[in-house]
Amino acid sequence: MELRSNAPTGPIEKRWDQHRFDMKLVNPANKRKFEVIMVGTGLAGAAGAASLADLGYNVKAFCYQDSPRRAHSIAAQGGINGAKNYQGDGDSIHRLFYDTVKGGDFRARESNVYRLAQVSVDIIDQCVALGVPFAREYGGLLANRSFGGAQVSRTFYARGQTGQQLLLGAYSALERTIAGGKVKMNTRCEMVDVIVSEGRAVGIVTRDLVTGKIESHLADAVVLATGGYGNVFYLSTNAKGCNATAAWRAHKRGALFANPCFTQIHPTCIPQGGDYQSKLTLMSESLRNDGRVWVPRKHDDVTKDPRTLSEKDRYYYLEEKYPAFGNLMPRDIASRQAKFVCDEGLGVGPEINGVRRGVYLDFADAIKRDGKQTIAEKYGNLFEMYERITGEDPYQVPMRIYPAIHYTMGGLWVDYNLMSTIDGLFVGGEANFSDHGANRLGASALMQGLADGYFVLPYTVGNYLATKGKSKVTESDAIVKQTVDETKARFQRLIDVGQKGHQTVDSFHRKLGTYIWDHCGMERKADGLKKALAEIPKLREEFHADVKITGSGEGLNRELEKAQRVADFFELGELMCRDALERDESAGCHFRTEHQTNGECVRDDERYAHVAAWEWKGKDVAAREGNQVRHVEPLSFEYVKLTQRSYK
Amino acid sequence: MNENIDLKLHVWRQNGPSDGGRFEDYTGYAKNISTHASFLEFLDVVNDRLILDGKEAIAFDHDCREGICGSCGVVINGQPHGPQRATTTCQLHMRKFQTGAEIWVEPFRARAFPVVKDLAVDRSGFDRIVQAGGFITARAGSAPDANEIPVPKTVADKSMDAAACIGCGACVAACPNASASLFTSAKVAHLGLLPQGQAERMKRAISMVGQHEKEGFGACSNHYECEAACPKQVSVEFIARMNRDHLKAQLTYVESAGKDGGAG
Repeated sequence: MELRSNAPTGPIEKRWDQHRFDMKLVNPANKRKFEVIMVGTGLAGAAGAASLADLGYNVKAFCYQDSPRRAHSIAAQGGINGAKNYQGDGDSIHRLFYDTVKGGDFRARESNVYRLAQVSVDIIDQCVALGVPFAREYGGLLANRSFGGAQVSRTFYARGQTGQQLLLGAYSALERTIAGGKVKMNTRCEMVDVIVSEGRAVGIVTRDLVTGKIESHLADAVVLATGGYGNVFYLSTNAKGCNATAAWRAHKRGALFANPCFTQIHPTCIPQGGDYQSKLTLMSESLRNDGRVWVPRKHDDVTKDPRTLSEKDRYYYLEEKYPAFGNLMPRDIASRQAKFVCDEGLGVGPEINGVRRGVYLDFADAIKRDGKQTIAEKYGNLFEMYERITGEDPYQVPMRIYPAIHYTMGGLWVDYNLMSTIDGLFVGGEANFSDHGANRLGASALMQGLADGYFVLPYTVGNYLATKGKSKVTESDAIVKQTVDETKARFQRLIDVGQKGHQTVDSFHRKLGTYIWDHCGMERKADGLKKALAEIPKLREEFHADVKITGSGEGLNRELEKAQRVADFFELGELMCRDALERDESAGCHFRTEHQTNGECVRDDERYAHVAAWEWKGKDVAAREGNQVRHVEPLSFEYVKLTQRSYK
Repeated sequence: MNENIDLKLHVWRQNGPSDGGRFEDYTGYAKNISTHASFLEFLDVVNDRLILDGKEAIAFDHDCREGICGSCGVVINGQPHGPQRATTTCQLHMRKFQTGAEIWVEPFRARAFPVVKDLAVDRSGFDRIVQAGGFITARAGSAPDANEIPVPKTVADKSMDAAACIGCGACVAACPNASASLFTSAKVAHLGLLPQGQAERMKRAISMVGQHEKEGFGACSNHYECEAACPKQVSVEFIARMNRDHLKAQLTYVESAGKDGGAG
């Protein structure tokens, strides 16, 4: 299969403009004749649904939460990048583009990244117009801060709740279009399959989470904005409900899944406390602007009160190893360095399985320099959250942090138009693979979600509808009934097994997560990945034979919801390991221990300067060897020279 | 470092809006709970034990478990989100309870919040209040440069204080009148304080207050229980502000009668 990116050629700064001009338009009077399905109401979904509705299309939107305002975009703390250069510190669209390509370790498509940097400017304007209360200077103009991996201050923020405020902005636009009758919102309703007729996505199958009803919804185009798959790991910073089912079901109907092994570890999370733990909590990495990361130099000091250790007994490992960037090193390197010092026995905090997994993030110097008031203004809510969870006061005692899985750069493969390999199936936000390569820079997820939703999908979906016309499939077509019936059968199998099984859904999910974290987490190596590939199918089979689910298929049943998501995580987790094994290089967050110099990635551009996109070959059976085929989209770099990343 | 406690647990079970509902005693399932677990992780442990006993898990809404999505929220011993100030249920940790403590867990109760199942309630009334006017109309692509409209820092900060609302509904559950005035006023104030929000300010106040009433939420009679229960400590001063806007709007706001003419 040849993967065509459909990316325009010509000067990079003109590509998006030219492409927009070349796209077909739908006459305003005809827009109301088209139906578009939007699955997910986070930044990409809410912004996309509202924008499509404002253009005149009829939108049916779906979310599993009780309100679209609760999508997990809401939890992003630190900020959103925009190449405004309001600080006059040398930023530009080209620099944001350059930083993103380089930060992604040269595994993203240049054209897409350039477009992202271009529209980043419009996003800030749009958000302010919607009433997002960004931080301001005393003169009334917008404030910025710097963020991991960047040497300019281009990050806009709203205290430590930037994701919340951006989502509430997009949500308010969505609610306005719901009130206007252009969007029909379906809450507590989960997409569980996509309907594909003659290669074209013509609708979805959903399960109403309150009544248990499984039914079809048809449209002329389908957009997935369903987020990432970090919850494969069980313990992640994702919301508990985040899942990969929509993306995975699309994959099994013909959408290629790209770079599944590119998963990002966030360096600043609160360390795990015990086995009851249901998720990990992220502390914004903006904290690294003022906090200093260190561990004790001597093994004997790891259990001592950190405040009693003198400067010479503290190992500020990021500042020492990388003086130019210091504590603002990109996420992947900061994370692995934390793991290295803990593996060396210098970690702090509670011992779990014989290792202390925590490093200090210390604000004492910043408080001395700027005063407690200033630090409280910047990070107050984060400090309070830390204290609620750990019972320790970070104004007094250094925080303890450790990396946790946070974001997935991989996702459904899309072309420049954000369309997957299924005609008419578009994918936006974290659910697609397109812009971050092998590593995402801080404050770029919010940017990409809103770029796709406000400024890309409204154009490219319109072009598709103008070109393809309306879908002719109706509820009475055989493919609709068949897809619904297959979904019903899938749920019935889980219910049947669930009545006889002995182990809870969560217990399986925890075990799966441990395999993936151990072998396909911060570090990967061939024999570990092979071991995981041997073990995961066994555990999956055990799941399908012995999972225990109480309650019935009718009505609200959280265990059943979780079970079908975990069933998909099993298959996706296995694919992640296969992808990690096949990508025999290190790139960004994909760190193969075989390919490194002193802990830093060594890429193999000759063999792997490409996107790996997996095609599902099997039927409704588990992925055995050969059930997925690996395709390649070569990447070429015309504007950013391929170099080894160096932050020394 | 870890310490475990035993609790006397009573949980409200209700199989849908038409069921009467009752407290069940789950003391047998609430032993040996880590004090470092969050309240929802405590319910997870209880649920695991119920499932292995062949019983249906307790249904409760939750998602981010970081105190920001607003999904979670139960009444613990009579207090929405439990005993810790400025803390959502998911951020409440079991170190706040002593071993042997008695815990009664029930859903947010209000006529406008019908029970979906057990501890999960239907808060879609909040969405409809936002639909009535909780927005600034600005289509993608139509915005001026972000720095064209300076906003004094004090105004932006005040707006942000109001915008911090997570829409959890604790204010309604805490109010003797089951009023959603704090929720509604937070949105009215967030947008009404900003220069960008002036064009629709009067219409917004009228529409949102009107929808609040239609949903069956009660009126505010200044008990201030809402502010005490609010996990984001949204201030009741915004209710006064909303009332001022609403009063002014009633006296001055006239729905535009202008008709768009043809373009020639």
